[in-house]
Amino acid sequence: MAELPPFQTLIDEHAAAVMAVLRGAVGREGAEDAFQETFLAALRAYPDLRDAGNLRGWLVTIAHRKAIDHHRARGRAPVPVAAVREEPVFDPDPADGAVWEAVAALPPKQRAAVTLRFASDLPHEEIAEALGCSPAAARRSLHEGLKRLRKEMA
Amino acid sequence: MTATTEKKGPRPERSIGKLRERAAAEGLLDVAYATVDSPFGTLLLARTPRGLVRLGLPNEDAEELLADLAGRISPRVLEAPAGLDEERRELEDYFAGRRHDFELPIDWQLSHGFLLRARQGIAAIPYGETRTYTDLARSAGNERAVRAAGSACSRNPIPLVVPCHRVLRSDGGLGGYAGGLEMKEKLLELERKP
Repeated sequence: MAELPPFQTLIDEHAAAVMAVLRGAVGREGAEDAFQETFLAALRAYPDLRDAGNLRGWLVTIAHRKAIDHHRARGRAPVPVAAVREEPVFDPDPADGAVWEAVAALPPKQRAAVTLRFASDLPHEEIAEALGCSPAAARRSLHEGLKRLRKEMA
Repeated sequence: MTATTEKKGPRPERSIGKLRERAAAEGLLDVAYATVDSPFGTLLLARTPRGLVRLGLPNEDAEELLADLAGRISPRVLEAPAGLDEERRELEDYFAGRRHDFELPIDWQLSHGFLLRARQGIAAIPYGETRTYTDLARSAGNERAVRAAGSACSRNPIPLVVPCHRVLRSDGGLGGYAGGLEMKEKLLELERKP
C-alpha cells in the first residue's frame, strides 16, 4: 500500500481548489452539495488509493464526476471530462466567485471549454478531445466563452 | 483568472465542518483528532470509534504523529475538535485536581503482548500512588523484563491517561519520561496534593 498522508492534509491543501472547480462547473448553489459528495467519495475510496503522487488531480477528477452527476440530475448537458489531466496546475482565487458564477451561466460547450482550460489547465487539443470536437472548434468555444465573460464582467 | 498562477484561497470552513459531521455519521472517521491546552503545553488527542488511541505530549511533533497513525491505523485521519469533548473535559478536570480516575474509553490497538499487559497494569495504578519498573514487569508476567517494562512506559502511546509518570526506579529515582523529567515531577506533585 502506498504511504498515504492523513486525509486532513488533503482537506487543508486542496479544499479551496476543489470548491473553486465546483463553483465553475455547477455554480455557487450546487457547489456545496457537490463539495460534500466529492470529499465523501474521496474519503470512502482513500484507503485503497494506490498512488499518493497526485492527490489534487485525483480530487479534481472526482469533483468533475460529481459535477456531471449534478448536471445529469438536473437534466442539463454534462460537462465532458474525458481527458482530465493527471497533474492539474490550478488554484483559482475563490474571491473570484463572481467570475465562476458567470462561468456557470455560460452555454454548456463554452462553460466546459472555459472550465477545462482554466480549472484543469488542459491544452486546446485535450479540451477538443474531452468535448469531442476539433481543436479549432474547442478554441472557438473557449474564445466565445471568454468574450461573453468579459462582457458580463465589464 | 489565469491558468498558471498559484494562489491559495481561504478554506471553505463551513463546508469542511459539514463534511466532518457527515463523515462521522457514515462511519468514515477512522481516526479523529483534536488539540487541547494543558499546563504543560498543547496536547494532541486522537481517538477511533473504540476510544482514545493516542495522546501526543507537547514535545511531540504533531505532523509526524498523525502520519504515523495514518500508516498504523487508517489514513482516514480527520481533525474533529468537537469529537473529543469527553477526553478534553476529563483532562482539564485532571489538571485542575478535580478528577482522579479517567473514565473515557481506551483503544489499546497500538499495544501488544507484554507491552499491552504492562500498560494495562500502569492504567490500574491508583492516583497519587507509584510503582517501580520491577513491580510493573512482575505484574505483566515477567519479573526479569524490567527493561521491557521501561519501554512500556517510555513509548506509551497514551501518557497521562495511562499514567506512566507513576512508575519510578526501584532506588527511588525518577527514571525517565517522554515529556521530560520536569513534567513527570510536576504530575507527581499534583497528585500528592490532597
